[in-house]
Amino acid sequence: MNSLFPSIVSRSQSSGLMNFFVPIISIVLTLITGSIIFVLLGFDPVYALYTFFISPISSTYGISELFVKATPLALIAIGLSYCFKNNIYNIGAEGQLTMGAIFGGGIGILFHDTNAFWLLPLMIFAGAIGGALWGLVPAILKTKFNTNEILTSLMLVYVALFILDYLVVGPWKDPFGYSFPKSRPFSESGRMPLLFDGLRVHFGLIITLFLIFVSWFIFSKTIFGFQLKVSGYSPKAARYAGFNQTTLVFFAFAICGAFAGIAGLAEVSGPIGLLYRDISPNYGFTAIIVAFLGRLHPIGIIFASLVIALTYLGAEDAQLFLQIPSAVGFIFQGLVLFYLLGAELLINYKLTYKKLL
Amino acid sequence: MSDTILNIENITKSFPRVIANKKVTFDIKKNAVHAILGENGAGKSTLVKILYGLLEPDEGNIKLNNKDFKVNSPAEARKQGIGMVFQHFSLFDSLSVKENLILGIDEKMSYSDLENKLENISSRYNLPLDLDAPITALSAGEKQRVEIVRILLQDPQILIMDEPTSVLTPQEVESLFVTLNALVKEGRTILYITHKLEEVISICDTVTIMRSGEIIDTSSTANQTAKTLATKMLGQKLDDLKTNYEHIKDEVNFEVKNISCDFNDPFLTDLKNISFQVRVGEIYGIAGVAGNGQSELMDILTGENINIKSGSITFDNKKIEKYGPQKRRDLSISFVPENRLGHSAVPELSLSENILLSQFPKNNFIKNGIILKNNVDDFANNVINEFKVITPGNDTKASSLSGGNLQKYVIGREISSKPKILIISHPTWGIDAGAEHSIRESLIKLSQNGTSIIVISQDLDELIEITHKISVIYDGNLSKPFKTSEIEIEKLGLLMGGKNE
Repeated sequence: MNSLFPSIVSRSQSSGLMNFFVPIISIVLTLITGSIIFVLLGFDPVYALYTFFISPISSTYGISELFVKATPLALIAIGLSYCFKNNIYNIGAEGQLTMGAIFGGGIGILFHDTNAFWLLPLMIFAGAIGGALWGLVPAILKTKFNTNEILTSLMLVYVALFILDYLVVGPWKDPFGYSFPKSRPFSESGRMPLLFDGLRVHFGLIITLFLIFVSWFIFSKTIFGFQLKVSGYSPKAARYAGFNQTTLVFFAFAICGAFAGIAGLAEVSGPIGLLYRDISPNYGFTAIIVAFLGRLHPIGIIFASLVIALTYLGAEDAQLFLQIPSAVGFIFQGLVLFYLLGAELLINYKLTYKKLL
Repeated sequence: MSDTILNIENITKSFPRVIANKKVTFDIKKNAVHAILGENGAGKSTLVKILYGLLEPDEGNIKLNNKDFKVNSPAEARKQGIGMVFQHFSLFDSLSVKENLILGIDEKMSYSDLENKLENISSRYNLPLDLDAPITALSAGEKQRVEIVRILLQDPQILIMDEPTSVLTPQEVESLFVTLNALVKEGRTILYITHKLEEVISICDTVTIMRSGEIIDTSSTANQTAKTLATKMLGQKLDDLKTNYEHIKDEVNFEVKNISCDFNDPFLTDLKNISFQVRVGEIYGIAGVAGNGQSELMDILTGENINIKSGSITFDNKKIEKYGPQKRRDLSISFVPENRLGHSAVPELSLSENILLSQFPKNNFIKNGIILKNNVDDFANNVINEFKVITPGNDTKASSLSGGNLQKYVIGREISSKPKILIISHPTWGIDAGAEHSIRESLIKLSQNGTSIIVISQDLDELIEITHKISVIYDGNLSKPFKTSEIEIEKLGLLMGGKNE
């Protein structure tokens, strides 16, 4: 007879092929679990899954929306991979995104009546600076005082959100806005150009693809990418090699912050057009799932961002057509993460049932 | 065949691209010490892991007491009467001896039973233990005793010992041999894995020699000499290495002066006023039992730790004690720390990528921050060929190489950049005689070409074989240097045990 509970035993070698299949397996398991949930809620699972995953992207507009949502997710996720590859757990991208929106959006508000070609580049630059500075705070705390970056970066998210809150109800409030908590709209030249007439997909997508390409180059071809990797795998080997780990921590946080900041600015200068309270439906947190689902690889992150973006769209449609709370989108994101971590464990460990005598 | 305890028949085990065991067949007699001798990559570890339930063979049978023997885990192997003492101890440093022993027991046992049993084992097998001492306070020999007692609590018929003397002082080795003899007298069988030829002759009854996954010979150790064993193991004759002082210049190019360093950490040894000088082309050995400040000194010599309390390091008339590792490499100082996996090499990375951990100014691996992959690959291939590293290619992960091969690769990487001084810790730790010989040979050749070398090692034979001068480190103090050709082993042994004169 075997014991009821298995014990976890390390595998002598993990399969490279399975490593590649983990994201796919996680998604399949998520869909299966999702249909079970739909059945329990009393819906036809085929119809529900269709409403959730197919109907949102069955029109040109829907596909454009998919890219609108995937853009910030992919951009933040590729930024996060600089940190995660280095074994730094920056989970404050949401705060860095918000700070980017504040810095870049601030420029937009300052020049709200200016129409000049330099306005948008300046806003993007300011957004990157804002995000990077916010990212450097946990970097300084970590390197100077050895604080845990998970806590500090997370807490700084709420600080950033409150600063935004204060600005849009206080000094930056739209004087013609009937006291609504929002800023003036940016001028036309402070907006991300649209890629196609009538669709919301914007220039931020191009910026994102460009930065993903640059990151691929850095990760695979440069000594800086190599240093990040070594420092992540083995801090001792990095010290032996003479890589300056403090510098690496600073760079990883600054780059991640800058990317999140640009993503925030792209949101407010793209689809939104002004500053207000809820500029991001947790893109900064969801991007963590995207980064891991994409195995921290640029190509993987592109696909993962599309999959996760679909859960946002599906949640909206499910609310509309099935009267399910849109939080079901988060459930799907949670399921993906759950299965991803579970599969990850099973790649490196196996379960064995001990024989009972 | 009643005196045979274990029949190993046609065991074959292959890994991707490598056959680790090829139709391995031999018998182990009851009541004896049976040695398995072989180079790294010869398949010893694979075979032992199969016996201990850590690996499953592709083919073949094992019979224990003429009954089929098949286990899927070490716990099952222990239940069937096979115990193993690993080369690297698996003890909890912060717990006491007693707590560690309790954790190692598979079945339920009352506290008083345990104490009785322990007392019995301690006295019967010459294994004195202070049950309440924390593991950190123990020497390597004492830790090994804890491991042995832990296994003996399970009352095994067969005890597998993996390189048991590699961390012991000569005195501790003696006492281990007394224990092993007592165990055999009682009817137990010991499977003794080693690369030390002398030990095979002095303590083992039978020896099985393995080469490239195959059994070369199983025979009695009577009438064997270290030379005959080594020849069988390597398949070729070894040249005798000779110490040669002629090429050493009078000029000192590396000088450590009065280095002191306090750590305020019970796990680390403070360094006290360490001074020594190395001349051009000289091999300077630092002997000592593990845990007497070697790794702390190594960190200071490599620049991984630059927070010293006082003292100076001078190289080529430059004060370098505040230089980090890269700045030292820029001066053509090269180093190989003790630990291969995760320190001098990253196991998850390919051999090619591992080249980049140690860059010297003339290497030309990087241009404007971009890795010149062709140059790195060429360098890696060169190291692989020149130092006879056995690997399918430079894209193989470092983790898949055997210890000896990876060490040859790491040392080859450093030597290939023609450093002015090489600082190396435990160059042949845990590797086979073949790799050991080729590494020692290349170190000697390097010194003859004018490179100074500092070798930190616990292996006295090694230091005596290759160095020109030896000092002993004990509790963070370094003794004065002795000329290797005039030194007496007993004197070194005493210094290593902390007895000065």
